[in-house]
Amino acid sequence: MAPKGRERLSLVVAGHVDHGKSTIVGRLLVDTNSLPQGKLEMIQAYCERNAKPFEYAFLLDALKDEQSQGITIDAARIFFKTAKRDFLIIDAPGHIEFLQNMISGASHASAALLVIDAAEGVRENSRRHGYMLAMLGIRQIAVLVNKMDMVGYRQEVFDQVVEEYRRFLKEIDIEAREFLPVSGLQGENITVAPAAMPWFTGPTVLDVLDTFEPEGTLAGMPFRLPVQDVYKFTKMDDTRRIVAGTVDSGSIKVGDEVVFYPSGKSSTVETIEEFPTTTIDEPSAGQSAGFTLAQQIYVRRGELAALRSQPAPKVSTRLRTSLFWLGRTPLQQNKDYVLKLGTARTRARLTDITRILDASSLDTREGAGQIERHQVADCILTLDAPIACDLADENILTGRFVLLDDFEISGGGLVREAIEDPQAKVREQVMRRHTKWQRGRVSAQAREERYGQKATLLVITGSNDALRKEVSRDLEAELFEGGHHVYFLGIGSVLYGVDADIRGSHEDHAEDIRRLAEVSNILLDSGLILIVTASELMQHDLDIILTAMDREQVSAVWIGDEVTPPLSSDLHATGDDAADVRAQVMALLKNRGALE
Amino acid sequence: MDHLDQLESRSIHIFREAYSCIDNLAMLWSIGKDSTVMLYLARKAFFGHVPIPLVHIDTAYKIPEMIEYRDRLALEWNLTMIYGQNEAALKAKQTYPDGACDRLTCCGLLKTQALTDTLSGEGVRYRLNHATKAYEPDPNTEPFTGVIVGIRADEEGSRSKERYFSPRDTQNVWDLGDQPPEFWNQYKTDFKPGTHVRIHPILDWREVDVWAYIEREKIPTVSLYYDQGTGKRYRSLGCEPCTFPVESTAKTPAELVAELQTGKFKDIAERSGRAQDAEDRGTLEELRRKGYM
Repeated sequence: MAPKGRERLSLVVAGHVDHGKSTIVGRLLVDTNSLPQGKLEMIQAYCERNAKPFEYAFLLDALKDEQSQGITIDAARIFFKTAKRDFLIIDAPGHIEFLQNMISGASHASAALLVIDAAEGVRENSRRHGYMLAMLGIRQIAVLVNKMDMVGYRQEVFDQVVEEYRRFLKEIDIEAREFLPVSGLQGENITVAPAAMPWFTGPTVLDVLDTFEPEGTLAGMPFRLPVQDVYKFTKMDDTRRIVAGTVDSGSIKVGDEVVFYPSGKSSTVETIEEFPTTTIDEPSAGQSAGFTLAQQIYVRRGELAALRSQPAPKVSTRLRTSLFWLGRTPLQQNKDYVLKLGTARTRARLTDITRILDASSLDTREGAGQIERHQVADCILTLDAPIACDLADENILTGRFVLLDDFEISGGGLVREAIEDPQAKVREQVMRRHTKWQRGRVSAQAREERYGQKATLLVITGSNDALRKEVSRDLEAELFEGGHHVYFLGIGSVLYGVDADIRGSHEDHAEDIRRLAEVSNILLDSGLILIVTASELMQHDLDIILTAMDREQVSAVWIGDEVTPPLSSDLHATGDDAADVRAQVMALLKNRGALE
Repeated sequence: MDHLDQLESRSIHIFREAYSCIDNLAMLWSIGKDSTVMLYLARKAFFGHVPIPLVHIDTAYKIPEMIEYRDRLALEWNLTMIYGQNEAALKAKQTYPDGACDRLTCCGLLKTQALTDTLSGEGVRYRLNHATKAYEPDPNTEPFTGVIVGIRADEEGSRSKERYFSPRDTQNVWDLGDQPPEFWNQYKTDFKPGTHVRIHPILDWREVDVWAYIEREKIPTVSLYYDQGTGKRYRSLGCEPCTFPVESTAKTPAELVAELQTGKFKDIAERSGRAQDAEDRGTLEELRRKGYM
C-alpha cells in the first residue's frame, strides 16, 4: 500500500490485440517483486503439470481467477510499485469491440504505455488507441516496440516501427516521451538494460515509469468549480446554503469574489465548509469543496464557478469540437442529443461536420453527413442553452464533454472553440448588469416566502391573438383573486414607452425584445409572477429573453396553430376554449413550482 | 493530496452526482467496515447530513453486536434507517442454520430475495422512529431505483468488473459484457423508465485503505473487528453461522493496517472467513448477476 504522502499514478497499457500487453505487465510484476508470495512458482508448476509453456500473460489470467479467493489484484486494475512510486495499471482490451471499455479504463490514467509488435508493426488499434489517448488528454506516453526477440533484436526493425509510428503521432499532434525496444517474454529492457540489444542506450521501461508524474495538478490555473448542487439541509437547525462541487483547477478562499457562468451572477465567499470541521482554508484542484456566499443569489447545478479576478470561461451555444463516437447508431445531423460538460447538461445538435478522421487508416473525409461508430471528427455542435467551458487546450477538465444518445453515453469530445452566437452581445450586457446590480436588504427568498410564490415570467404568444389576450388577462385575474402577486404586461405597453426612442426612427425588433426582457427582469426581482404577451414571437426572440433573464424562471406558452419554424415552448395549447387553455397554463405554473 | 485524499474526493464527487441526478436513492449499510466508511463519506459529501435513507438487510442471524451498533449510530447520526428481511423464509425455517438448505440457497433467500423485496417495496420496510427509538412499518413503498453499495473492486473477481454507476434492468440483471462507458467524471445518470442503477462510491478503495481511513478519521466501527482479549477477531462480518473469526491480536485500526501491510494477512484473502465463498468458486459472480451485493 502507499504509505501516507505517496501519490498513486494510474497507467494504462494499450495497443493492438496480441501485441503483448499482458506479457509486459506480467513481466513488470515479476521483476519488481509485486506478486503475492509463491504466485509465480505456483503458475510455473501449473504450466509444467499441464505441459504448457509458461507465459507471463498467464499470470494475469491466474491472478484474475485468484480473485474469487480474494487476493487483491485484478486483471483490469493491477497495483504495483517501484522504489519511487505506486502504480495502478489499467490493462486495456485490444479488441475494437471493447473500445468503450478501453476508454473507460484509460480516462482515469495520467500516463500510458502503448505496445506495438515489432514483427507485425503498426496496426489498426495501435493507431486508434494512440488517437484515443490524445483525445483523453493523456500526454505522457511511452511506446514499447515489443517482441524484439522475434525479429532477432535488429535495430533496423525497431527504427522502422519508430519512424512509422512517430509520423502518425505527429499528425495527431502528440509526441511520445520515449520509444523503447523490449521483449516482454525475455525480459529484455523491462527493468534492466537489454543485454541482447547493446545498440540501445536509452532507458528501461521501469526508468520511464519513474519519469511519469501523477495527474498534472491544475492548482496554479484559474479557479474552476462545476457546481454539483447547492445544499440547504434544514435538519438539526442547519441554516447554511452550501455551494458544493469538486475543484477542477485553481483554488478558492474566504473573501474571493466568485462569478457563476453562464448566468454571470456573482457573490463573495463567506465561509469554506467541510465536515466534521474545516481543515482546509483554500480548497484547490482535485479536492471536493463547499462554500457559502455572503450575498444570497440563485445558483444551480450546472453553473461553472470562477473568480472575478481571473480569466473568465467561455460561454456560448455554439461549439467547435473534436469528438469520438461510440454509439450503436451514427451521430447524425438534425437529431437531438444531450451534451454533458462538467455538471451542465443541455440538448445539442450536430450542425456541421468539418472533417472525419478514420483513426485506423488516418484517412480524412470531408462533406460526410454523419459520424459512424469509432470515428473521430471535427464538427460544430449547437446547444439549446448556453454552456460555460474552457478550450481543451487551456483547461482539459472544463474543456471536454460527453454526448448522450438515447440515455447512453455515446461519445466524448474536446472544445476547440466557443463560437460567438447571436446572443453574445446581450449576454455581455447582462454580465455587466449583474456586476453593477444594486441589492436592497430584502432577499429574493424572503419575498418568495412572504408571497407564497416563485417569481416567474410567463411568456404567452402564438397565432391566435384573440384567445391569447383573453387567456392572459383572465389568468392575471384568477391568480390575483387567488392571493398571488401578479401583473399583466402586454408588449404594447413597452413599445411606446420604454422603446419610444427607437420607435420613430428605425425599428429594431431585437432591441424591443431585449428591453421587454430587462423590464421583466426588474419585475421578477420584485417577486412577481409576470404575464407577458406578444403576438407570434420567434425562437430568436425567445432566445433573447432567455439570455437576458434567469432562464429557469421563464416558461413559454404558444396558443393557436403552430408556425414554422416552431417555437420551443413549454406548452402548446390548441382549441378555442379560453377556460380550458387557462387551466392548462395554471397546471404548467403549478408543475414548475411557481405556486405554493 | 495523498492517495487517501484522492480516494475520498472521488467518492464524495460520486455521492453528490448520485444525489443530484437520481431519484429514489437508498444506501445499503451492512454494518461492516466498508459500508460504514461509505456512510461516513456521505456525511462528508453532505456536510454532516445523510439525506439518503439507509437500508440494512437483517437475516436474523447477524451477530447481536452488529444490530446494537447499527441502532446506536442511526440515532446518533440522525439517519433515516430502514431494515427489511425475508419473513416468509424465516417463518418457514427455510434456512441453512435450520438445516433446510445449503449456504448459498440460504444467502439467496435471506439476503438477495430480502434485498430485492425491500428495494421494490414489496417486502415490509421497517423504519426507525427517532422519537420512540423503535422500528415501525414504513408507509413509503415506492421502489428505490438507485442503490448505493459499498463494494470494492479488489474484493473478488466479479466486483472488479463493475463501473461506478452500473445499470441493472428491471429484473436486477447485470449485463457484464455490455456496460456503458464511463469517463471524465461523467456517469450513467440517464435512464429509460424501469431501469435501476447501482452506485459504487468506494469501488477504488482497497481493504487496507479502508482501515487506514478508519484510523485517520476515527470512524466508529463494530468491536467484532478487534481482538477483545481472546486472540481472535473478525476480518469480514456476515451471519453468525457462516462467518468465522481469524486468529489475530490486532486491537486497533492502526494494528490492523500493520497486520495487512506487513503482517500475517499480507497475502491472505479477506473473505477467507466467509463460508459461502468457499462452497463454489465462481458462484459469487453468479449471485451478483442475480442481485447479490
